[in-house]
This record gives sequence, C-alpha cells and structure tokens, in this order.
Amino acid sequence: MEQVVKNPVIEVKNVNKSFGDNHVLKNFSMSVLPGENLVILGKSGSGKSVLIKCIISLIQADEGEIIVLNSPIQELEQDELDHLRAEIGFLFQSNALYDSMTVRENLEFPLRIHWTKEERAKGAEAAVKEALEDVGLLHTINMMPSELSGGMKKRVALARSLILRPKVILYDEPTTGLDPITSREISELMVSVQKKYNATSVIISHDLNCIKITSNRVIMLIDGTCYADGTYDELSKSTDPKIKEFFE
Amino acid sequence: MKYLKFLDNEFFKEAGELSHFTARFFRELSKPKQEYEEFINQCFWIGYKTLMLVGVTGFIMGLVLTIQSRPTLVEFGAESLLPSMVSVSLVREIAPVITALICAGKIGSGLGAELGSMKVTEQIDAMEVSGTNPFKYLVVTRVLAATLMVPILSSLANAISLYGGFLGVNIRGDVSWNLYWFQVFKILSFGDVIPSLIKTFFFGFAIGIVGCYKGFSSQKGTEGVGRSATTAVIVASLMVFIIDLIAVQITDLLGLT
Repeated sequence: MEQVVKNPVIEVKNVNKSFGDNHVLKNFSMSVLPGENLVILGKSGSGKSVLIKCIISLIQADEGEIIVLNSPIQELEQDELDHLRAEIGFLFQSNALYDSMTVRENLEFPLRIHWTKEERAKGAEAAVKEALEDVGLLHTINMMPSELSGGMKKRVALARSLILRPKVILYDEPTTGLDPITSREISELMVSVQKKYNATSVIISHDLNCIKITSNRVIMLIDGTCYADGTYDELSKSTDPKIKEFFE
Repeated sequence: MKYLKFLDNEFFKEAGELSHFTARFFRELSKPKQEYEEFINQCFWIGYKTLMLVGVTGFIMGLVLTIQSRPTLVEFGAESLLPSMVSVSLVREIAPVITALICAGKIGSGLGAELGSMKVTEQIDAMEVSGTNPFKYLVVTRVLAATLMVPILSSLANAISLYGGFLGVNIRGDVSWNLYWFQVFKILSFGDVIPSLIKTFFFGFAIGIVGCYKGFSSQKGTEGVGRSATTAVIVASLMVFIIDLIAVQITDLLGLT
C-alpha cells in the first residue's frame, strides 16, 4: 500500500532564544503534521509561550528557522506576515479580548483587515453568529467582555480566533485559571472545533486533564530542548524521573 | 569611554526611545491605508469629551484673571484698559497653556492608561496577530486626533475665557457688552492669535505622542499601567512648558510680540 507523506504544517528547526543571560530555547526543533493536536508540556518559565509566540512571530527567535504553512515566517515582509496570520488562530492565556468593544465588535475586528467592505457587509453578521454558536454563546453577542465570566471570555476568545477559519490554531494555556468543570468543557470544545474546522492545533498546557482530552501527541519542553515526544499514554507510563514528575 | 558614560543615563535612554517612537509615527503616517474610522472616533473621545472641562476652566480663568488684575490697574488709574489687558493675556498665553495642561492631565493620562492596560493584557499582541498594525490603529489615530483637537479646544477656551472676562469686568464695574468687545478686538491682532494657535498644534502633538509612548512601552502589569498614566501627565506637562518657551522665543525673534 502506498504511504501518503504529509508535509508538516509547522516546522521549527534549531531555534534559540535568550532573554539576557536566560537561555530559554536551546536548539529546539519540532514539526507538526496536518490535523495533529500537539500539546507542548513543560514547567512554568520553560519557554512554552515564547515558543508559540516565535511561531506566530510576536517574538523573534535569535537563531534557527520556523516554517509555518510552507512560509519561512522570519523572512516574510509585513504584508505577507499579516496575510499568513489570517491562517493562524491564536488563543491568548489572558484571552486578550478588546475591553472597549462588544463581543460582536471583538469578533468582527479580524475581518476588517482580511475581508473587503462588501464581504463584511454581506457575511460578517453570519460569520460572527456562526463562530459564537460554535462556542455556545450566541446570546452574549451584544455584551461587553467585562460582563462575561472567565469561562465565557475564553469561549469568546476562541470564537474570535476561529472567525477567519484558520488552518492552524495556537492555544496558550487555554484552561489556566478555570475551574475543573469549565476546564473540561473548554478542552472538549477545542476538540470539537478542531474536528469541525479540520485545523491543526498546538496547545501549550500543564493541565493533565486538558492534555488527555485534546492531545494526540505530546512534546515535553525541558531545559529549552525537546526532552520527550510521544502520545499521552506513552509519556504517562514513562519511568524517566523528569517525565514522571509531571504525570504524578 | 568613561566620558560617554552619561549616555547610559535613564533620561537619555528615554529621550532616545521617545525620538525613535516619534520617527516611527511619521513613518507609519506616510504609509497608505489610514484608520479613518478610528481617527474620527478618537476625535470624539479626545475633543468632545474634554469640551465641558475646558469650557468651565476657560470661563473661570477669564473671570478670575479679570478680578485679580482690577486692583493693580485701578491703582494706576488704568481701569479702562482692563478688557484689553485681560484679552491679550488670555489669548496669547494663559488660555492655550492652561488648556494644554488640562489636556495633558485628561488626554495624556487617558492614553497612557488605555494603551498601557491593552499592552499588559496582550490586547496589542492580539491586534498584531489579527493582521492589524497596532501602531497605526492605536498610536497614529490618537496622536493625530490630539494634534487636531487641542487647538480647537484651546480656541474655544480662548472665546469662553473672554466671556468670563466680561463677567469679571462687570462684577465691580459697568462696561457695556459692545464696549467690552470693542476694546477686546481693538487690541487683539493676528500677531496675537496665529502664533498662539500654531503652538497649540505642537502642544496637542506632544500630549498625544507622550501619552501613547508611555502606554505602548508599559511593563510590569497593573503597577506599570499606573506608572505609565502618571509619567505621561508629568512628561506631557513638561513638554507643554518647553514648547511654550520655544514658541515665545520664536515669536519674539519674529517681532510678533
């Protein structure tokens, strides 16, 4: 039987990043295949958030190469980068909802750059409603972010990152600060939107429940390098003390 | 090299970064695709929402200056010069500077706090990720709106303060409406109004750029936001005085005094 070779959606090659004397990423390499739900697991301050911010070029890597959707992200001009970013959804740890705008305006915001005026007039309302329906919060459309609970804010932020139908979704600690029930709901929601949009996900987390529900591969980031790579079951059964520490 | 150590000073670092920020403003301004809708929105917030404060302050300024000046003029038997003296003082110097200081307090701190909180809550990063240029959307629009609105507010403060002056003149004296305005406009010339108007554009620009710079470079969470708002007011107020000093020297050199 002929084997189909898939091109990675994200390739990170020998990336180094330091902040002063703090060497956060040391020759870090990884690749993410289409449709994968990859979780990056590591201690606080291990450089997980720095890594996904390098992937979307919010932080520049000192050395190494990052290729996203076949584009070398560090070499792109600003216009090309903006265009590529339309294909990437990003869920911030703090949600980063624009607090002076309603939920509707928050969701419409990415459309103003990537859609024409005519397209927005024709389809913005439907796109906003569909994204909010996907996260079960259509009734909040005219509310301000300050009127929403922590879990609702997370869902709205997720809806905003889905509005442009991205091919890749990056999640920065999506369940941090949420109670276990809401955390589980958000994790299940992430899986359902990944299936609906057929997107590739990279999830930064140290919430074991979230990792169990969402991941089909886990990378452990320890001391700035990729220490282990496998499925949740493989890593949770590992006898390596550094890996065991996380799963106990 | 030891003689260059003073360049390591925090003040020079800050001045360098502010200059770099200002240069970026002009670079982004010269690029196509401006955020007109946000600019209009900011004109409303910066201009209209400051109108009441500037109006009330302007009226009180005119009234108080007239009441305070009267005894000295009476002492020299020059009470009839009161409307002329007050109008020149207000239009040339007091109204523009006081308006700019009020705007430095209200607009400067507002911009510092707004952009600072957007920075620490990753809203600026979210904007960048969505493909929007946050500098163009947040900074260029706000600085332009402040540059345009402060002169308009200052002109309104000029006019309202002259009404305050009319009331002040009539508290102790009896000057008719027509005579008051005749004396005001007799003494005022374009040489008084135009330099005063031109410098308010620079006041507005300084307030906008300092407020945005402080907010955009905010760090260290909510504590940093508070510090950004406070330092924005202090630096913007200082800039207003420095610009005023330079403007007075230029006006003097051009013989417009």
